[in-house]
Amino acid sequence: MPPLDDPVLRVSLLETMMLIRAHEERLASLASPTAPGTCTAVGQEAAAVGVVRALQARDRILTNHRSAGHLLARGADAGRLMAEVMGRADGYCKGKSGSLHVSASELGVVLTSTIVGGELSLATGVALAQTMGQLPEGGLTAVFFGDGAACEGIFHESINLAVMWRLPVLYVCENNQWQAFVRRDETMPVQHVAQWVQGHGIVTKVVDGNDVEAVHRAALEAAEYIRSTGRPCFLELTTYRQRGHFEPDDQAYVEADELAAWKRRDPIGLYTERLLAAGVLTAGELSHLQQRVTAVIDAALDFAQNSPWPDQHELTTDVYA
Amino acid sequence: MQQLTVLEAVDQALAEEMRRDPRVLMFGEGAATKRQALLKEFGAARVRNTPLAEGIIAGTAAGAAAMGLRPVVDLLFAPFLTLAMDAIVNSAGKLRYLSGGQFSFPMVVLTMTGAGWGVGAQHNHNLEAMFVHAPGLKVVMPSSAADFKGLLKAAIRDDNPVMFFMDLALAHVPGPVPQDERLVPLGKAAVVHGGSDVTLVSYGKTVGHCLQAARLLQAQGVSAEVVDLRSLKPIDHATVLASVRKTGHAVVVHEAGPMCGVGAEVAAVVAEQAFDALRAPVRRVTGPDAPAAASWVLEQAAVPQAEAIAAAAAHSVRRSALPA
Repeated sequence: MPPLDDPVLRVSLLETMMLIRAHEERLASLASPTAPGTCTAVGQEAAAVGVVRALQARDRILTNHRSAGHLLARGADAGRLMAEVMGRADGYCKGKSGSLHVSASELGVVLTSTIVGGELSLATGVALAQTMGQLPEGGLTAVFFGDGAACEGIFHESINLAVMWRLPVLYVCENNQWQAFVRRDETMPVQHVAQWVQGHGIVTKVVDGNDVEAVHRAALEAAEYIRSTGRPCFLELTTYRQRGHFEPDDQAYVEADELAAWKRRDPIGLYTERLLAAGVLTAGELSHLQQRVTAVIDAALDFAQNSPWPDQHELTTDVYA
Repeated sequence: MQQLTVLEAVDQALAEEMRRDPRVLMFGEGAATKRQALLKEFGAARVRNTPLAEGIIAGTAAGAAAMGLRPVVDLLFAPFLTLAMDAIVNSAGKLRYLSGGQFSFPMVVLTMTGAGWGVGAQHNHNLEAMFVHAPGLKVVMPSSAADFKGLLKAAIRDDNPVMFFMDLALAHVPGPVPQDERLVPLGKAAVVHGGSDVTLVSYGKTVGHCLQAARLLQAQGVSAEVVDLRSLKPIDHATVLASVRKTGHAVVVHEAGPMCGVGAEVAAVVAEQAFDALRAPVRRVTGPDAPAAASWVLEQAAVPQAEAIAAAAAHSVRRSALPA
């Protein structure tokens, strides 16, 4: 596949992946029994960035407990995101979500559910509203989930309805080989979720989820297909969850050789090498990117730690409209 | 005033609200097949059949509601709600709160339950209290055709998820129904029969049984007041408490089992807030803590009947009349 031809876009994809990595690693470094835990997206940055950067402002995104990549790729403010994870008043959800259900309506990231598969049941409704004039015309709904959610019955209910009602849903399965603390190959007889869903009459594509450009191209194609036909599409991104299910996690249950092999295929490492080799990026520019990302995360953490705790009266606000 | 059955009142409410607001749509298992008049008037985009898959029906409703539509979904029988619990309880009930108020879920879930059709416990289970316990939801269970219409119209206009329980024994019962835009507000009970000696609190079909009990009690010289809760969440404590403060006696009646049910909540609130007015303990007359049987005899035996309600009320009144 030929490389993307816009060097500014290519560097931007890399920088966004680096920002997500820095965000997640900073949070993981803070995790302790008294600090907020989080489900990190380390290792899955290319999936988030490649797809989200292929979407348009009129599109809507639904994500899950492993959401920071999708949010940051969509332009979320790292400070407000960290404030949310830390339960502070300036977070996107006033501190009521914590890390697990962060939505940011202003970015079009809606209805994040941490119930595995919950986002799949809501995505059809968001897309239905798109077809019935409640949201900007021509928009699609991208829903992110993993191979674990694909084992839920609601996954098949969702795809079947989207096919039968011709709903503009982009199903993005990040097949990260882990379902909480269970290996994917313990729960599925097939390598790919796409093999399961072909019988539903939906167009599917399996892509190397650690190659950000391959992901980006596939997402652009899928989005174009959905917009031109009004039909849903299924994209499977093969990747790997490099950290534990939930921080802190010693990953004692992970085979060292397997983890090492996937780290050699780290999406940020691969792309950095490619851009350096292509002369799109110099070592000096890379160092500058790293400094910039670190500064953003430093400022975000500072903002979050200085954000006030929610007022006690918030305990019972927002229950009813 | 027009005479309509409960089912006709529901259809009229749906048609009026769909006419009034283009954001209202209806889908469910057989929703289009069974509601041909709605399909004809409003078209296939707004009246849809679905697969027999309660989880995705409810989830799609929640997602659509959060994006500005006002879906009404028909999940048929209340036990099927257990297959839709994630969408209803975890999504529609919680995602407003968890998102810091970014979304609202103006949706209505229609469901039938109650003894009367001999369908057994997997089609008949009065599990309304499960949803009363879930934050973010509203729950109604009307007893008359007029309230079915007025409460459904109010539920469709409400910005929150509303569980609309329909007691299926009432489906074909006719009653006077206003032809106009009259809404029955959510959270308001009705005193359906005035009295001074004992308060009978109920909802759904057992309101009718309480009215029969009131007549039996009248023959014994006991004046019973009957309060129809209509809404179980929000629940109208004020109307119940005002009645109990007047009568000094309360019997709570429902077909659902007693454990952590609506009757337990009413009894607790009366004990907490009107203890000084009570002249006897609050009593409950409920269905048993057992699945509903299909056999007509067993099914009817599970429903609080007028005689049992009257006996409980008379016992309560006489107990307090005994000399100290």
